[in-house]
Amino acid sequence: MAEFEPKIVAFVCNWCTYAGADLTGTSRIKYASNVRILRFPCTGRIDYMLLLKAFDEGADGIIVSGCHPNDCHYTSGNFHARRRWIMFRSLCDFTGIDTRRIKFSWVSAAEGAKWADIVNTTVASIRELGPYTEYKIVANNPVKEVSHG
Amino acid sequence: MTLGFYPGCSLKGSSREYAESVLAVAKAFDVEIEEITDWNCCGATAAHNLNKELSLALPARILSLAEKQGLKEIVVPCAACYSRLTVTKHELSKDPLLKATVIEANGLDYSGSVSILNIIQMLDKYITPNLGGRVVKPFDHKVACYYGCLLVRPHEILKFDREEDPQSMDILMLKTGATPIDWAYKTECCGAGLSVSRTSSVGRLSGKIIEDAKDRGAEAVIVACPMCHSNLDMRRDAINTFLGEKVDIPVLYITQALGLALGIDRKKLGLQRHFVKVTV
Amino acid sequence: MSKIGVFVCHCGENISATVDCAKVAETASKYDGVAFSVDYKYMCSDPGQSLIKSAIAEKGLTGVVVAACSPRMHEPTFRKACAEAGLNPYMCEMANLREHCSWVHEKGEATTEKATDLVRILVEKVKYNQSLNEIRVPVTKTALVIGGGIAGIQASLDIANTGHKVILIEKDPSIGGHMSQLSETFPTLDCSQCILTPRMVEVAQHPNITLYTYAELESLEGFIGNFKAKIRRKSKSLDEKLCTGCGLCTTKCPTKKIPSEFNEGLGNRPAIYVPFPQAVPNKPVIDRIHCTYYTKGKCRICEKVCPTQAIRFDQEDQIVEVEVGALVIATGFNIKQTDFFPEYGYGKYPDVITGLQFERLASASGPTLGEIRRPSDGKIPEKIVFLACAGSRDPAKGIPYCSKICCMYIAKHAMLYQHKVHSGKSYVFYMDIRAGGKMYEEFVRRAIEDDGVNYIRGRVSKIYEKNGKLIVNGADTLLGAMPIEIEADMVVLATAGIANDGAEELAQKLHISYDPYRFFAEAHPKLKPVETNTAGIFLAGACQAPRDIPESVSMASGAAVKVACLFSQDELTREPIIAVVNRQAPPAYSSCVGCFLCVSACPYQAIEKEEIRNRNGELIKSIAKVNPGLCQGCGTCVAFCRTKSIDIQGYTHEQMYTEVLALLNEY
Repeated sequence: MAEFEPKIVAFVCNWCTYAGADLTGTSRIKYASNVRILRFPCTGRIDYMLLLKAFDEGADGIIVSGCHPNDCHYTSGNFHARRRWIMFRSLCDFTGIDTRRIKFSWVSAAEGAKWADIVNTTVASIRELGPYTEYKIVANNPVKEVSHG
Repeated sequence: MTLGFYPGCSLKGSSREYAESVLAVAKAFDVEIEEITDWNCCGATAAHNLNKELSLALPARILSLAEKQGLKEIVVPCAACYSRLTVTKHELSKDPLLKATVIEANGLDYSGSVSILNIIQMLDKYITPNLGGRVVKPFDHKVACYYGCLLVRPHEILKFDREEDPQSMDILMLKTGATPIDWAYKTECCGAGLSVSRTSSVGRLSGKIIEDAKDRGAEAVIVACPMCHSNLDMRRDAINTFLGEKVDIPVLYITQALGLALGIDRKKLGLQRHFVKVTV
Repeated sequence: MSKIGVFVCHCGENISATVDCAKVAETASKYDGVAFSVDYKYMCSDPGQSLIKSAIAEKGLTGVVVAACSPRMHEPTFRKACAEAGLNPYMCEMANLREHCSWVHEKGEATTEKATDLVRILVEKVKYNQSLNEIRVPVTKTALVIGGGIAGIQASLDIANTGHKVILIEKDPSIGGHMSQLSETFPTLDCSQCILTPRMVEVAQHPNITLYTYAELESLEGFIGNFKAKIRRKSKSLDEKLCTGCGLCTTKCPTKKIPSEFNEGLGNRPAIYVPFPQAVPNKPVIDRIHCTYYTKGKCRICEKVCPTQAIRFDQEDQIVEVEVGALVIATGFNIKQTDFFPEYGYGKYPDVITGLQFERLASASGPTLGEIRRPSDGKIPEKIVFLACAGSRDPAKGIPYCSKICCMYIAKHAMLYQHKVHSGKSYVFYMDIRAGGKMYEEFVRRAIEDDGVNYIRGRVSKIYEKNGKLIVNGADTLLGAMPIEIEADMVVLATAGIANDGAEELAQKLHISYDPYRFFAEAHPKLKPVETNTAGIFLAGACQAPRDIPESVSMASGAAVKVACLFSQDELTREPIIAVVNRQAPPAYSSCVGCFLCVSACPYQAIEKEEIRNRNGELIKSIAKVNPGLCQGCGTCVAFCRTKSIDIQGYTHEQMYTEVLALLNEY
């Protein structure tokens, strides 16, 4: 049987993590190809509804990453993202969404190796957790139609 | 709580006085010591030159036995044994495959749960916090604390003291009433395993250590390793030949010096067993 | 109906070596709305750009996706090409096939599959792109230069000479920086102060330069062309207008034994002091940490002796607010002190000194008036050992990089020592001699061949003191790692050049990036060496990496030209990536309900209240409104908005949701 290849969506900011992932490339550091990066101006822009949407559409794992605290290009966007994440995580725990599938981290523009490491460890841990079938069952259940009117 | 004890071969042979003094000091503070049953050689310097798996399997067996005996923490007074055991624990924690191989070779479970203390860590944890008022005969001498190579290296693994200019023994000796001197040979090699095969090299290497200690006015050299002790004490003739003079600065284990400060009987500390007469 | 063009670049073999570009283009051609899809060797080349332009014209493309390198590299290039072909530049997006795909994955189906996914995401996004127009903003034609070393001085003079105003701030009481501490400079051995001090005076006298010494940046707001800076002018306890710089106070001050920063601790200074005789401005400051009046409440001798009554004990720090259009950061570097090296005695031995301390010993204005004397007993050393790479190129010490200036200054030090102490013997322990630079290699050869400096290739393991000598244990690797022991009188450590104190805090104030060693990051290592990632902020000198004087000066002039280019325009254009609040027909006007959570979220105070009133002037509704001049486009407000009434151009809800959908639909 072929090994399970998880689908990982990365929500990253333009200034630190996107540039950090660029540096991973320039440094030719190899990492798992399961990740697809979506570029945002700042982690502060990331609407966490998008994370739910990604699970809805079949993502198995999610990475959210931006500038380190105090390093935000826009001063404080990453602090907003962090605060929102703390709330969102509690909500996820409450509603039964598996927060082990969301990796929240900081990767600066100088941390190319760290980006590769985060992708690899996330892919490994999601691989261990398996496909997110629990969510998919709920997402594809006809009840969804009813609840959405 | 019971503290496990791994003596290793030296402490049962050439450096019996080290074991005696460790146990005497522990007894004075009611620290319960329990020797690991059926322990084996740690492999020391020989094994890791020959076979990596063997060099890890030997110490791993000791740690497995300690686990089996229900020990959570063990003290390893010999610096070479301490180094081998700690390195093994580190290597096996990093490499699950290697760990599996070693477990199979030994036929014993190994979880890596036992924490390993060297003699300084043991004294700092169980003795010095309760030292207040117990120093009846301050060890009022200028001492050169000699760390050797294995007590503080490799730093990445041991994470104990600073490797280039360690301080832990000096701080401990200060508490016994001694005056540690600032000297240059704290971590130089004593000749170690060449003790038997090339006595003249030991004479030169250990000679420089003794010379610097003497030049800076030390009245005693304090060690925490049986190998260092052998070379500095037993090979004193070779050293004196190298130096061209008779130097009679005694070499004491840190537990012996501490024991003297605590007023423990000299015989119980095994001071009579030294080659260089302990006059301090 | 969208007509989208997809252009897949091979980037030579950088992409095509691991990604099947033809297949990516072919797959893309089948996507809904894709009217044209092609792959090409070098899309950024002239023919590549022409390919895009002609496709726009011939196929009537409404959107373009270029699948090539990182948009951080070439987005402006391709957007410009689109604009030239008549397509709004913001209808062009880039899929990052190189940095995020071909360079980081092995050749194989999974990699090509990822590349197609990345293209599909952007194809779907670009369907929701809107034509945007650049924002025009005015330029304040004054520059703020931070740091008054040689780089800051050069940048200030160059900008000022183009006719623009400059504000130069320096944290110390005088400008001059490290260069003013140097004895003579390689490879010409001309006296550092002789070439520097005229420049310092020029700064002080230039009509276009306002100089604030003893001042630091407090905060910075705004954006390119329109920065607002707050400068803290630390109290000098002195009325500078009254002070004539006679120096009487400095000679009468009873607190004289304070280690002099200028002399690297090898000499003393009083509590009221001018750092060095040629200081600019040549007026003293009171060091409040050491002054007896501030510590014990009495003394005031300087006040009594001052002939012009210029001393002001109650003077407070002053905050100056300035508006500037650009900044040049030239805050320089620092060096590791000897106490960083346990193997060399943890700073215990007074005769183990740093390279900068040796500069002071060799300098005619130094504590020994240029005679090489050891700090411990003032004796002239007969044997001196120089250690290159003390900390540098040593990953175990956390400094894996080369400090660059040491090889040259060590050769200079050894040479100066040989010139001054003819009977002396000098030894240099080195790993490699890095003498790249005009006349540099020749200079080192001169030290070795003409002045007889003994170069030993090897490291020093240990230094200790014995009988008044420093015993240096090393090895000569060219003689088969033969152990070497030298009984030296003095040892000079060429300690690593490191980022200046407070570099991190300053970077955070400026919102610029820094590397793992806390040096400020340039926008591109080759093509944008003096720019930062924040538009309008430029770098000069050793705050970016260890630099020698010629490089610092070149960088400073480069940064000055960048500022002058900026100031040559009356208006700047800015990316229209900003937030907007939706507007609808009455009676709703907008879906905004006026909760103004966005106002609290905005880090730039760019959101204000807009009141919608009827013809009679009665208030109908209050809604949020974004000031396009202030908005920087972070989008924090977007995630905050509960009614999704505020959106950010270029990263709209529709675009981002579409990206997620496109990503996972076929993934």
